Amino acid sequence: MKKILERVYLALLLVFMYAPIIALIVLSFNSSKSRAKWGSFTLNWYIELFSDEAIASALVNTLSIAVLATILSTIIGTATCIAMIGLSSKFRSAITAVTNIPMINADIVTGISLMLLFRFLHLSSGFSTILLAHITFDIPFVMLSVLPRIKNLNFYVYEAALDLGATPVYGFFKTIFPDLVPGIISGALMAFTMSIDDFIITYFTKGSGFETVSTLIYNEVKRGIQPEIYALSAIIFVVVLVLLLVIDRAQNNIAREK
Amino acid sequence: MKKKLISVALVVMITCAALAGCGSEKTDSNNKLYVYNWGEYIDEDVIKEFEDETGIDVIYDMFENNEIMYAKLAQDTSAYDVICPSDYMIQKLIENDMVQPLNFDNIPNVKNIGQQYFETSKDFDPENKYSIPYCWGTVGILYNKTMVDDVVDSWDILWDEKYKGQILMQDSVRDAYMVALIKNGYSLNSKDPDEVSKATEDLIAQKPLVQAYVIDQVRDKMIGEEAALGVIYSGEAIYTARENPNLEYVVPKEGTNVWIDSWVITKGSKHVSNAEKWIDFMCRGDIALKNFEYITYSTPNTEAQENIEDEDIKNSKVAFPDLSTMNVEAYQYLGEETDKLYSNEWMKVKSAD
Amino acid sequence: MKLFKNSKTAPLIASPYLAWAVIFILVPLAMVFYYGLTDDQGGFTFENVATIAEYGYFKALIKSVNLALISTAICLVLAYPLGMILTSMKLTRNTYLVTLFILPMWMNFLLRTLTWMTLLEGKGVINAVLTFLHLPTINIINTPSAIVLGMVYNFLPFMILPIYNALSRIDDNVINAARDLGAGTFQTFLRIIFPLSLPGIISGITMVFIPALTTFAISSMLGGSKILLIGNIIEQQFTQLYDWHLGSGLSIVLMIFIILNMIVENITDTEGGTLA
Repeated sequence: MKKILERVYLALLLVFMYAPIIALIVLSFNSSKSRAKWGSFTLNWYIELFSDEAIASALVNTLSIAVLATILSTIIGTATCIAMIGLSSKFRSAITAVTNIPMINADIVTGISLMLLFRFLHLSSGFSTILLAHITFDIPFVMLSVLPRIKNLNFYVYEAALDLGATPVYGFFKTIFPDLVPGIISGALMAFTMSIDDFIITYFTKGSGFETVSTLIYNEVKRGIQPEIYALSAIIFVVVLVLLLVIDRAQNNIAREK
Repeated sequence: MKKKLISVALVVMITCAALAGCGSEKTDSNNKLYVYNWGEYIDEDVIKEFEDETGIDVIYDMFENNEIMYAKLAQDTSAYDVICPSDYMIQKLIENDMVQPLNFDNIPNVKNIGQQYFETSKDFDPENKYSIPYCWGTVGILYNKTMVDDVVDSWDILWDEKYKGQILMQDSVRDAYMVALIKNGYSLNSKDPDEVSKATEDLIAQKPLVQAYVIDQVRDKMIGEEAALGVIYSGEAIYTARENPNLEYVVPKEGTNVWIDSWVITKGSKHVSNAEKWIDFMCRGDIALKNFEYITYSTPNTEAQENIEDEDIKNSKVAFPDLSTMNVEAYQYLGEETDKLYSNEWMKVKSAD
Repeated sequence: MKLFKNSKTAPLIASPYLAWAVIFILVPLAMVFYYGLTDDQGGFTFENVATIAEYGYFKALIKSVNLALISTAICLVLAYPLGMILTSMKLTRNTYLVTLFILPMWMNFLLRTLTWMTLLEGKGVINAVLTFLHLPTINIINTPSAIVLGMVYNFLPFMILPIYNALSRIDDNVINAARDLGAGTFQTFLRIIFPLSLPGIISGITMVFIPALTTFAISSMLGGSKILLIGNIIEQQFTQLYDWHLGSGLSIVLMIFIILNMIVENITDTEGGTLA
């Protein structure tokens, strides 16, 4: 009985989470623009989606900002975490405190504060300002997943390597760094996700003529939703689903190999 | 396996970065033009045509209302080169030194714009130095004949309990107050705090009946029969009636606002000559006609008007209303203090229950 | 700990981030305070902060807190049993199932919200289905209920993840020991499971409450611009009313809530509940 109840509960929640998405996917094949009527099956919205330059450039913008922000924030975040090993505890807690600010603060305040800064510096808004903003809120996510690994590091192997004549840099990359890699990867994935999903901070730091997927959708909503957007949702959903299954499988394989 | 995962991740990232590189190449050229216009206010093919003819790369952004446009421009007057605000906002821009005088020698097609529109423009641009009209019209009520059985000829119907949840109001401060002020018999440019606060009371009283405060969405929602009554610009009347024959546009008897949206060049513009080319292009008869046929907003372009093929539309009282038979008034910029009064009162309306 | 032989190496490596944090975190925040506490002429004033009491702004703040609390509570009530069920399943497939529950997090935030717009509209999908089944239609679009629904739908994964993480880290032996010592199911839950999952709960609450409290996109999309939350008011100060001072002043008010949240979180140190 309990098992059945549990199953029902899981099923209900899954319906709550996925029925809306499935409804969107169905609508993306509906030839009628109306949401209440089924016209007939069509791929028209997909064709329009692919010929829509605005959406294409928004996608490119979103991805390139996410990739660059991920790479840079991963490098800066990881380096800082490593440096923290050699810092005094006072210094360390100061860094942790500052890093916590963008994580705990509301996105709207972070967005506004960065907008004020960029206006003050007379930086013309666009790609660069969004990138700077994204790196800023990505770094904490990288540090958050690398720091716990730093706490569990074992330095004996590193010292042994030095005793055997390895240079400190070589020794570091051969002994300590590999232990950090899982943390770095999950941090990078986290940063990438946050960057792709961000709307609020981008909204306040973007300039003229530059849209990411999020800001583009927000504009579209204000003008009335076009069925193209359903097609876009359907594609994004399928891509996300496939990517996550691949990553999940890869992680399981790693776990098994170990 | 771990290595594989990393290399997969790397490949993905490099591909994305490469894609991004390709994407940004196009924007490297300096021959650009930043245009800021209302949403759904141009035939997108016209932008393409302009780009093809001039080789200028147009970056086209849209705003929802004059206030959003102003806030964006005030942050950085060089963000856009050419913009298309309404009358009272142009006056505000002129007074705050945010636009620059036009060089009419570089805009020869201005001859196509009817002289009477320049006369009207003198209300907000006294010397006709800064602006060239793009579209004009009135504000009225669009209603669905199958959902409304009363005679729609007064703003009062927007306060009729019968249509609770069926009314769409404009989400912009001046248009919302215009309705409430005129309904009370006041001027839509009222600076009297008592009159404004009476309008606030009315708008708050109306709020439970309102389905949503929207701007560009009015037309889709009315076409989709989501609502029975909506406050809308006259230019949408032809389009919406074409999409859904049950819809009819009315200018209430108490009167309304007559507006002109005009092209102006920003003070900080970095591409002035491109901006002039843009305005000139918009004034061309065939282009204005193309735009008119797509957006159906009344054009001040006499050449375009003459060439409209559909006789019904050409002589339509909706597309080209005879203003002398209506009780109309244009918006004026009310000065910083009254502006503040309106926006604070509007926030009261918006945060009321 | 002899990673850094030279005492200057570590500060050197940390310095880029320190510079970054000062320029892009501390200075901007200081600017919010500067704008919030000054007027047009640059003179010190509390007026911007005090404006929260006028024009119905305070009502909007209360409404925001209410809706955020309701949404957080619903998320918690939905997510906790789910976390327990998922932990107890211990299937090899369990990771897929967990992934399935947090997957919507990777769908674009605005698409997730837009979904509910199309579902809830008067002539939307849900009402079309209801009409087809000859059932009465529902009319919650542009009401607070629609906003709560949107918040729950958007932020539920942020509650599920930390709670599941905390629950799955509880050692079975601890639970078995409690059982051996004669504790019933309810007692085991109250004395063992719940306290051990508390960090996850707190972390989940923070991750749902703050974005729900400060959102402006969900309320403007699902509220038809009829329901103004504090996030909308701040957003409009910047994007429509062009009053940076007032916008910053109201942001300071908002930050009071965030700091309160931070204090709560620090007291109950949430090591187990972080995202990763």
